[in-house]
Amino acid sequence: MGTFIAIVLAAVLTNNFITNKSYGICPFLGVSKKTSSALGMGVAVTVVMALATLVTYPIYTCVMEPLGFGFLEIIFFIFIIASLVQMLEMIIRKLSPSLYNAMGVYLPLITTNCAVLGVTELVIGDMEAIIGTATMNIGWAVLYALFAGIGFTLVMVIMSGLREKLNYYKTPKALTGFPTAMVTACFICMAFMVFSI
Amino acid sequence: MNKYKRITLDGLIFQNPTLMLVLGTCPTLALIKSATSAAGMGLTVLVVLTLSNIIISALRKVIPNAVRIPCYIVVIATLVTFVRMVLEKYLPSLYDSLGGFLALIVVNCIILGRAEAFANKHTVLESAVDGIANGLGFTCALTLMGIICEFFGSGSLFGLKIMDFKIAMLATPAGSFLVYGLAIAVFTYVLDCFEKSRRVKSNRLARENLLKEGA
Repeated sequence: MGTFIAIVLAAVLTNNFITNKSYGICPFLGVSKKTSSALGMGVAVTVVMALATLVTYPIYTCVMEPLGFGFLEIIFFIFIIASLVQMLEMIIRKLSPSLYNAMGVYLPLITTNCAVLGVTELVIGDMEAIIGTATMNIGWAVLYALFAGIGFTLVMVIMSGLREKLNYYKTPKALTGFPTAMVTACFICMAFMVFSI
Repeated sequence: MNKYKRITLDGLIFQNPTLMLVLGTCPTLALIKSATSAAGMGLTVLVVLTLSNIIISALRKVIPNAVRIPCYIVVIATLVTFVRMVLEKYLPSLYDSLGGFLALIVVNCIILGRAEAFANKHTVLESAVDGIANGLGFTCALTLMGIICEFFGSGSLFGLKIMDFKIAMLATPAGSFLVYGLAIAVFTYVLDCFEKSRRVKSNRLARENLLKEGA
């Protein structure tokens, strides 16, 4: 139970992917102009992160590590993620066209999102700071990926809300666009820093 | 020769991947806390980008158009795996300071972006120049921001202690966002000023020519 709470709180608040680890910044800056699109992107990333970990973790620990080609992890993982995203896109298009219209545009972008490759690399590495003495297994790995995705969505939604409000103000020409977004992100990071003091 | 000069200037200044196009933001924000790791990341990306540009440009007539993205990703992932092994063996301290971001070079948008936008339409030599120019643009921007962050955030430069005063906030992700945002603003402003003065000068020249012709 302690491990469960530790993983959930660490993934969402203290080790948040955007504000603490700087993973997944491209969609965070690129797709956060509207709350609806930020929420769509966040949900899509969360689903892909959990599914990718569910596939890569057993493949790495049961096949690649014992057979001694663990060093090829990057090539294998990026290929698994790319084909998973492609497959997910086809399934969603077939099953639910309305969901595809809402989420489909974000799916191809997720392959090159560092949060997805980042989480699959993190869970096969050193997780001792988060799970304590418990042994790592696929359940904890998928749980961590799922809640890291939820933390990502949370920060995306906060950011998009602030940016929607900021549209009403006039800023100097050099500060318009990315600089304003980054200063806003700086304030969000400062707020999240309080959790990990 | 003019062509190579233009490619170099585009990569370094006018289309600088970090400050003008804002690509590859994750490693930038994570590593500018220390100038050493920022420079190390920049140089690693420079090597991977140049090699991937050369290979992709050499294979541009062989790779079928429909499956080009997976092909590029395999090339880049192989190069990153290779560079990672070399760094782990010969530069273990740099390997530790880059951490997870070494593997994440695979999904760095600069490399895939240059492959898609430049290397698959240009010759090997042009692509190599483009890779070096963009890599240098990335390295310079990262090192500059790394120096600012490290100097004010931990009172040292490239790991050497300089002063006891420090603003701890600049050594956290929040400070990285602040410095990066302000760096983009200053860079855009300076480029705008240059552009404006150049336009004024060319307008004046044109007017003088007209007057001369009229006389």
